[in-house]
Amino acid sequence: MKRVLIIGATSAIAEHCARIWAAGGDELYLAARNEAHLQTIATDLKVRGASSVVINCVDLNDMDRHIEVLDAAENAMGGVDIVLVAHGTLSNQKSCERSVEETLAEIQTNALSTVSLLTLIANRFEEERDGTICIISSVAGDRGRASNYVYGSAKAMVTAFTSGLRQRLYKSNVAVITIKPGFVDTPMTAEFKKGMLWAKPNAVAEKIVKAIDAKKSEVYVPSFWWAVMAVIKAIPHKVFDTLKL
Amino acid sequence: MTFATTISGWGNYPQQESQLLTPSSRASLNAAVKLEGSLIARGMGRSYGDSANAHKVLITTYCNHFIEFDKHTGKFTAEAGITLRDILTVIVPKGWFLPVTPGTSYVTLGGAIASDVHGKNHHIAGTFGQHVTSLSIMLATGEVITSSKQQNADLFHATCGGMGLTGVIISATIQLLPIRSSFINKQTIKADCIEAACEAFEDNSNATYSVAWIDCLAKGRNLGRSVLMLGEHAEEGKLEIDLKEPVSIPFYAPSALLNSVTMKTFNGAYWHKAKHKQSQIVPLMPYFYPLDVIGNWNKLYGKAGFLQFQCVIPKNDGIANMRKLLTEIAESGEGSFLAVLKQFGKANDNLLSFPTEGYTLALDFKLTASAITTLDRLEEIVVGMGGRVYLTKDAVMQESTFKATYPKCEAFELVREKYGAIGKFSSAQSKRLGFA
Repeated sequence: MKRVLIIGATSAIAEHCARIWAAGGDELYLAARNEAHLQTIATDLKVRGASSVVINCVDLNDMDRHIEVLDAAENAMGGVDIVLVAHGTLSNQKSCERSVEETLAEIQTNALSTVSLLTLIANRFEEERDGTICIISSVAGDRGRASNYVYGSAKAMVTAFTSGLRQRLYKSNVAVITIKPGFVDTPMTAEFKKGMLWAKPNAVAEKIVKAIDAKKSEVYVPSFWWAVMAVIKAIPHKVFDTLKL
Repeated sequence: MTFATTISGWGNYPQQESQLLTPSSRASLNAAVKLEGSLIARGMGRSYGDSANAHKVLITTYCNHFIEFDKHTGKFTAEAGITLRDILTVIVPKGWFLPVTPGTSYVTLGGAIASDVHGKNHHIAGTFGQHVTSLSIMLATGEVITSSKQQNADLFHATCGGMGLTGVIISATIQLLPIRSSFINKQTIKADCIEAACEAFEDNSNATYSVAWIDCLAKGRNLGRSVLMLGEHAEEGKLEIDLKEPVSIPFYAPSALLNSVTMKTFNGAYWHKAKHKQSQIVPLMPYFYPLDVIGNWNKLYGKAGFLQFQCVIPKNDGIANMRKLLTEIAESGEGSFLAVLKQFGKANDNLLSFPTEGYTLALDFKLTASAITTLDRLEEIVVGMGGRVYLTKDAVMQESTFKATYPKCEAFELVREKYGAIGKFSSAQSKRLGFA
């Protein structure tokens, strides 16, 4: 039985991961902002088989509360084996371009709050010489593109940060897994027209849980995104700068 | 969030430009219902025609949470956007099954109620709605009210089978069926004509599950030859469920692939392959949901799509009438390889519920101009026999036919008026059938 802390537990990807853990009878601690939504999910996970579910309603942008959340999760479950960091917002690129404030707020949510949490979790796991940290980054972080570079640059920071963290914690037996999902069909992306590249959140969640079990390093989900991003990264600037991507 | 796209039912016809609302919580659902203009709730989009098509549709599948499951009594409550497939993953290992299930697990709980679906056990268990003990329904005002056979009973009987036209089903409680094994004892009976098939249904009326594949292309002395599949829940065996992800058909097949030659060949092969009086022990999933192993099998009919025709004709003169109907279908040469025959039990109190005592026949027609003509003719014949067609499969029925064959439609409209549904909940189908 695993003890799992899920940060951003109301995100569709996190919720589907939680459903898999619940079916396996694991213990879950859910942190997110929307209390009614958290309550609905917690009830659902109990029916699905979770041996215990505790919720914590918290705005993760309030970084002063991060320590308190980690302490509460440890107390509730008697320790934490896996942390899934999945909170975030899909920035509106166009309105970010017009507003410094909005741009910085997106960076705050999608990068800085994550960095704060990761630092605190890493230090605890390093001391315990055990634990698994899984973080949802994005293919958008692989190369900044005009259509969503604010979100992309925040995710780029998360990817680079976890890459370093993974090296640092290697000798302490702590696994750091960076997930780079491509397009996922969730309410957050409801406005996009869905084509062949879109994956269902339950399929994405299955791959994430497997990557955690196997203690992988960096994983594209679905895996073909590795090839897509390899091509995008290989395009020379002279050509890339003229593209609409 | 909202966005615009083209939607259609499972038959890919008709298509409609639509604005999709995708609430993921009670609060956003409430806000969506209160938006100006009319809308219809839509789950997995598995009804065949235009009953979940509208300019504005409310996607329910993000509200798909379990609420309560009592492993000892089989009382079960969940949000309406959950799929039957998802429900099965939780209940089967604990020794419970759906009291009634349609032929696919890819439908939502709300959709199953709105269509008042039936299954292979209709002659014994009735429809899905008959096992619903309580419903939470969001009315046009955003208010959520509880309804059951005892409480707001008029709304309950209008909503079960009501095609989403009374409000949005938020959650439902159903009484599950206890099982000891996730296996089915299946028995196959071959009937070489329609009379023999109907007789076999009669002889096996105490079998829990019974359904027949019927060869709608066979003529002459083979007319109506069928393979009956009976089933009983096994008493022994594991309680497990194996959910394979379906193999997807990523593109529309060239529609010429399904023609009278390939369909005749398929039907002939199916008939000859079946073994009379064969007994097998098979797992639940392939027994109840054989087509679920292929995602998007609807694409086999090509881009133009297909029409499904499902009718019921009364038991009186039912066999002779079924012979007339099958003769008409066989002459048209347009039937497909997915034809199903079943004997229905008694009708229920739900105002627009489809099943009535008699025989039901369901088959697909690849969409062509002549198929629409054939369907019109079949509809006319069925009405003449005192039968009717299933709203969940329908894409072309005339308003006059509907009103003549669903005598409780006026009572239904009065319930809609009482609960303020008129002008708020409507679909392309409800407009075609003359609902306000």
